[in-house]
Amino acid sequence: MSDTSRLSLWQAAYVIARRDFSAIVFSKVFLLFLIGPLFFLAIMAGGGAIGGMAASGISEPTLGVAMSRQDNAAVGRAAGTLDPLVGMPDLTIIDGEDTTAPQTLLDDEDRDLFAVLTGTLQDPVLTGPENEIERWEGEVAMMVGAARGEAIPQAAITTRLTDGGIITRQTAQDATARAGILLLFMLTMFLAGMILSNLVEEKGNKIIEILAAAIPMDAVFVGKLFAMLGVSLVGLTVWGAAAGAILYLGASALPPIPPPAVGWPLFFGLFVIYFSMSYLLIGSVFITIGSMAPTVREVQTISLPATIMNLMVFFVSMFALSRPGSAIEIAAALFPLSSPYMMLARAAQDGVLWWHLAAIAWQVLWVAIFVKVGAGLFRRQVLKSGSAGREKKSKRRKSPA
Amino acid sequence: MDDVLEQAPHGDKSGGRPAGSTDYAIEARGLVKRFGGTLAVNGVDITVPRGAIYGILGPNGAGKTTTLRMILGIIDPDEGIRRIFGEDRPQRIARRIGYLPEERGLYPAMKATEAIAFMGSLRGLPQAEGRRRGAELMEEYGLGHAVDKKIKELSKGMAQTVQLLGTLVHRPELVILDEPFSGLDAINQGKLEGLIRQLAADGTTVIFSTHVIHHAERLCSDVAIIAGGKVPYAGSVEVARDRLPPQVRLETRNEDGPWRAALPTSATRDGEAWVFELPESGIEPLLRSLIEGNAGIRSLSIERAGLHDAFVTIAGEAAAKAMEANAPAQETLA
Repeated sequence: MSDTSRLSLWQAAYVIARRDFSAIVFSKVFLLFLIGPLFFLAIMAGGGAIGGMAASGISEPTLGVAMSRQDNAAVGRAAGTLDPLVGMPDLTIIDGEDTTAPQTLLDDEDRDLFAVLTGTLQDPVLTGPENEIERWEGEVAMMVGAARGEAIPQAAITTRLTDGGIITRQTAQDATARAGILLLFMLTMFLAGMILSNLVEEKGNKIIEILAAAIPMDAVFVGKLFAMLGVSLVGLTVWGAAAGAILYLGASALPPIPPPAVGWPLFFGLFVIYFSMSYLLIGSVFITIGSMAPTVREVQTISLPATIMNLMVFFVSMFALSRPGSAIEIAAALFPLSSPYMMLARAAQDGVLWWHLAAIAWQVLWVAIFVKVGAGLFRRQVLKSGSAGREKKSKRRKSPA
Repeated sequence: MDDVLEQAPHGDKSGGRPAGSTDYAIEARGLVKRFGGTLAVNGVDITVPRGAIYGILGPNGAGKTTTLRMILGIIDPDEGIRRIFGEDRPQRIARRIGYLPEERGLYPAMKATEAIAFMGSLRGLPQAEGRRRGAELMEEYGLGHAVDKKIKELSKGMAQTVQLLGTLVHRPELVILDEPFSGLDAINQGKLEGLIRQLAADGTTVIFSTHVIHHAERLCSDVAIIAGGKVPYAGSVEVARDRLPPQVRLETRNEDGPWRAALPTSATRDGEAWVFELPESGIEPLLRSLIEGNAGIRSLSIERAGLHDAFVTIAGEAAAKAMEANAPAQETLA
C-alpha cells in the first residue's frame, strides 16, 4: 500500500475495533456490566445454599408407632432391617401414652405425624389421611409381618454395574446439547443486544460521516462487530471463571453432568467458536437494524421481528436436536442463524469433527454476506443529504396539525 | 434560473487539458444525484485548481453537502464523474484528504488529543504520532490547557476547533470543509479565516461550503454558486464581480440644476447620495457634465460590485434572500 492511499479494510476495522473496545472495556459502566451477572450467580449460589440449610432444618413427618412397649420395639427392629431393602418410613416410637385416641396424636403439632400405627402386632390399626394410608399401607404391612417374625421372601442377587447403555447415553447427551443451546441462545441474545445501541450512539455523535469519508463502510461494520465480540468474550471469560469456581466448590452437591460426545475440552472450544459465529450473525442483523434507526426507541421497535425470529430459531433448534439426521435437523444446521445452535448440539451428540470445520466455514461466509448487505443498506439509508432534509423534518414537526 | 453552466474564462482552467488532469485538486463534471423522487443535485460541474481557496456558495438545501459527499466518494453520483488529484475513486487516496463535515461529531468521553489522534488514525497516521501532533496543534491554536480534557468538558467552539485540528492532523494536501463557520462566534470565525489562509499559503488546497457570502468574498480566489442543485456560475470571484458594471456614488451641494441631465434615468437616491451604474462612456464625460452643470460635487466614488450583487444577478433574488435568511446575524455582520 502506498503512503497516499487509504487504510485497507482490515486496518480500518482494527482502528474502529480498538476505539470501540477501549471505550467500552475501560468505562465504569462496563464494570457494572461485568458485575451484574456475577451478582446473579452469587444470588443463585447463595439461594441454593440457604435453601439447603433450610431444608436440612425441616423435619419430615413420621409414622407414629403407638403399641405396647414390646410391640413398639419389635416394629422398630423390623423397620431397621427392611429399610435398606425397600425403604421404610421414618418412625416415631410412642411409649407409655394413651394410644386409644390416634386422632389426638395426629393433631399434635409437636409430633408431626403423617399416620399412627396402634393396636397390637396381631391386630394392627393404621390411622391417617387417605393418601398417606394408600402410600404406606404395603410397607407397614410388611413391617408388622417382619415384627411378628414372619419370613420375608428374599433371593440372593449378584449385581454388576455398567454405564447405562446406548439409550441412557443418548438421553444424557441430548440433555447436554439442550443445556448448551440454551446457554448459547441466552448469551447471544443478552450480549448481541448491546450492539443495537452502539451504532445509534455513533449516529448520535454524528461521527459516522467522518468514518464514511475516510474508510470503507464495511470496515466500520466489521470493526464494530469484532469490538463487541471482544467485549463479549471478556464478559464470558469473567463469568465463566466465576461459574467455574462456583461449580468447582460445589461439585459434590451437584449431580454429574453427562459428558458431550467430543469431550469437554473440545466442546468448550466449539462453544466459544459457535458463540462467536452466532454473535457475529445476530450482531450483523442488529447492527444493520441499528444503522437504519435514528433513535434507541425506533431500534427497539424494528428489532422486535429480529428478536422473535431468533427465538423461533432457538425453538426449532431445540426441537430438531432430538431428531438427528432428519430433514428439519439438516435444514436447521444449514440455516445460518440456527447453524451454530445445531452444530453445538451435534458436538454434544456425535463425535464427528469434520462437520464442524465445514459449518464454521459456512457461517463465516454468511457473516461476510450479512456485513456486506448491512453496509450497503447503511450507505443508502444514512448519508442522504445535508441540512436540507433535517430542516424539512424540523419544519414538519413544528407545523400545526 | 439559467440551466446552462456559465464557466467564466478565468474559472475555466481546463484549457484543453485531458480529462483527469492532475493539475486540478478536484474535477467534477455533470454530477447528478437523486434521492427517491427528489433531484438533489442536477448536473454540477466544478474544477478546483491546486492550491486554491475555493468556496461553494448557496443557501441551505441547495445541494452543497450532497455535492461535497459525492466529490469525497461518501456517496456515489447517479451520473457524472468526479476526480480528486486525478483519482476517480477518492477514498483510495483518503490519506491526502481532510474532511470536516457539516454535522460536527466527536466521542464525548474521549480526551481531546485522543480524538485528534483517532481522526488521524482513520487517515493512516500512527496513533502515537497523532497524539504528539494533536498536543502540538492544540498548543498552537490556544487550546493547550485542554489537552487532557474530555470532549464533553469543552465548550462548543473548543470542540469544533478540536475537530478541525483532527481534520488537519495528518497534513492533508486537500482540505474540504462543509459549512466550517457555522456555529462559531466572530472571534473564532476570524481565527478560522486565518487558518484557511495559512493552509493555502503552505500549498494546501482548501474547499469550503458556506451560505455566508462575506466569508467567500474575503477568502476565495474561486467560487461555485449553487442553487436548486445546479451551478449557474463557477469560476473566479473577480470575474463574477466584473459581471456587473461598477456603481457610481455621487453627493452634491446643489439639489437641482442643469447637471441633473447628466444622470442616467436609472439613478436612485440613497440618503444624501445618488447611486447609478457607471455609464458605458466612462467617468470623464460624466464628470465634465457635472462640473459644467454646476453640481457642486461634494464626493464621487466608483464602487465595484460585490460578490453579493454578483450572486443576486447569477442565482436570482430568491436564492439570495434564502441565503440571507439562513445566515446568523453575527455571520452577516462578519
